[in-house]
Amino acid sequence: MTITSNSTEIVPTAVTSDREFDDLITDVRDPKHITLSYEQVEALGRDLDELRARVVADLGEKDREYLYSVIRAQRGFEIAGRGLMYLGFFPPAWIAAVGALSVSKILDNMEIGHNVMHGQYDWMREDTYNSREFEWDTVCPADQWRHSHNYMHHTFTNILGEDRDIGYGILRMARDQKWNPYYLGNLAYATGLMLLFEWGVMLHDLEVENIVAGKRKWYDVKGLVKGMWRKAGRQVLKDYVVFPALTGPLFVPTLVGNATANLVRNVWTYSIIFCGHFPSGAQTFTSEECENETRGQWYLRQMLGSANITGSPLFHIMSGNLSHQIEHHLFPDLPASRYPEMSGEVREICERYGLPYNTGSFSHQLGSTWKKIAKLSLPNFMTRDDDDLVVTVERSKSAAA
Amino acid sequence: MSIRIPDLVGSIVEAALSPHPVDRYLELVDPMMTWRDLRAKVVAVDHPTSRTVRLTLQPTRQWQGHSAGQYVQLSTVINGVRHVRCFSPANAANTPSGALELTITAHDDGFVSSHLREHAHAGMVVGLSQAAGEFTLPDDRPRSAVFISGGSGITPVLSMVRTLVTEGYPGPITFVHYARTPADVAYRAELTALAGATPAFDLRLHYTRGDDAEHFTAAHLADIPRFDDAHLFVCGPPALMNAVDEFYDTSGLTQPLHSEAFTLAAPIAVDPDAPVDGELTFLRSGRSATNDGRTILDQAESAGLSPESGCRMGICFSCTAIKKSGCTRNVLTGETDTEADTQIQLCINAPVGDVEIEV
Repeated sequence: MTITSNSTEIVPTAVTSDREFDDLITDVRDPKHITLSYEQVEALGRDLDELRARVVADLGEKDREYLYSVIRAQRGFEIAGRGLMYLGFFPPAWIAAVGALSVSKILDNMEIGHNVMHGQYDWMREDTYNSREFEWDTVCPADQWRHSHNYMHHTFTNILGEDRDIGYGILRMARDQKWNPYYLGNLAYATGLMLLFEWGVMLHDLEVENIVAGKRKWYDVKGLVKGMWRKAGRQVLKDYVVFPALTGPLFVPTLVGNATANLVRNVWTYSIIFCGHFPSGAQTFTSEECENETRGQWYLRQMLGSANITGSPLFHIMSGNLSHQIEHHLFPDLPASRYPEMSGEVREICERYGLPYNTGSFSHQLGSTWKKIAKLSLPNFMTRDDDDLVVTVERSKSAAA
Repeated sequence: MSIRIPDLVGSIVEAALSPHPVDRYLELVDPMMTWRDLRAKVVAVDHPTSRTVRLTLQPTRQWQGHSAGQYVQLSTVINGVRHVRCFSPANAANTPSGALELTITAHDDGFVSSHLREHAHAGMVVGLSQAAGEFTLPDDRPRSAVFISGGSGITPVLSMVRTLVTEGYPGPITFVHYARTPADVAYRAELTALAGATPAFDLRLHYTRGDDAEHFTAAHLADIPRFDDAHLFVCGPPALMNAVDEFYDTSGLTQPLHSEAFTLAAPIAVDPDAPVDGELTFLRSGRSATNDGRTILDQAESAGLSPESGCRMGICFSCTAIKKSGCTRNVLTGETDTEADTQIQLCINAPVGDVEIEV
């Protein structure tokens, strides 16, 4: 398996000097080329399994208390936001209302919704904070999201043609995606997706481009559309009818305030999520490379295809710990609040095997993502082919073993 | 109109808080302030014997009461995990205060019962289900009632006795109870008081440990007034139930025998080297398969079923289903799970012995 990244900006974390790199990887001269044997990848898998088992054994009251404390904060912001809308005639109060409601929706969608729906808290056996039961404060029905995200994206992470999160069927996000003139609008589509992100997420499971191409019939998607209609209807009713009406003469300021909070949440969640797999250095794969993967090979793909964002503890909470996208993809069902403490060890494991650990500041990762969106709107021959980092993996047991 | 206004307010509140249930907001203020959920607050705790704890519970307004002999599911959080167990209220049906009384025996392997014995305190809030179960008094009260109980099987039959006494039941009541020792009779004082105050109440206590150990025999049911018309109510451990069943069959009795098995939720000792056996039962589809040791998802598919599934490696939670009973082994970690009524991932769990799953 040869995994090729399409960027110059990634530097393997272990490589502080070429000399040190040569000590680690003996048979390769090129510092941009890493070779792992089958056995090394399996050992990597065992190291990660051990880390996982240690955290699982330690789950308990404090994880439950953490989740409930985030829920309390989210409910507090929500009630504050809804309440402050009654003072919406006073601009600073209106701005505070929008701010509180935006924070509430961000916490609800990210640190609570996304994580609960991954089954991260299923072990608590709590009726509502369970992957089967939870519904979130956004227009996408939870059950559809669990299919498109938990199953499709997390199983087939970054496999071209299988992981629909690569470009969401709208964008060109990898050099290996065939170019056509439609992609000249890449930047515009990305901007639209950012502003209407919750609606994009809602439509994701429909696979609209497959309906356009005639691969999906109305019959196949009838159930999905019904579910969307029901869920989105309730969300729209709440934010654009019930709460505005409850503020009486302030109907319009409340409606605009609620719409603004949804917009703020959209821009924020889009930005965090796009930093997860699209900054430079995050790699994509082909189906052939991923056939009959071992657990170790699956782990390696998750690592190489994901990118982290550095930041303060508050930043991590507000991003639902998706700023620890690498840890999240290795352990999607472990409580996200554990990722910060696990990240040191994951990074250390990467270093031990000479593998890159893609991380950077929010502005760097976001800038690099937008740069990629812009670059990929053009055909490959018009942009420079990046100086690639190559990770070569032996796919089967070596003769010596 | 006066009835409709609360409904209207209710639906506006629910629409406004959608998609989160109203109770998920209220519980942050006060766990006993609920919109739909049924819960209960522990208002009194005492320890009638060294192995038991008696909880007096005040349920929230959703409580619909119980019929004598029924059980409730009580849930409590232990180290972050909510555990559910069934217990039978021992108080009479329709207790005016609405309170219910549970006496819980902490068995040696009883994780939840031991926890409750040690940590239950007044003010603690627990989850509660509505009462359920078919083991109840017939609406047409029998002319004579005979209750036979063993160990903590005393609670549903005591509820029946207390209900009859409260109603002013005119017939004779015979109460035969088996405990390890006199000190193990959780309701000794109450039973003695009942026997003293109610002439038609005949209390017969037998002890199953010590030099004069006594187990059920026909002689323990001798001289019961109107025995031919008596309904028999039995609740206790399997050995007692079997002994009573055998007596009933061999004596050729014809009056109704009501019984409820009282099973211990003891963990099954799992030997990973033991050969695979047991029956895997798919409750929803009514099919079953002989356990071949593979994951439940694989075995379900081999049985012609197609449960929802996804990644087949335990990460996506698409295949989660409720295990009603039995022991399963996580094929990734080797860990076993013996709890009933829990959600498990079909793709990474294999049955160990008999397992019932809602697929």
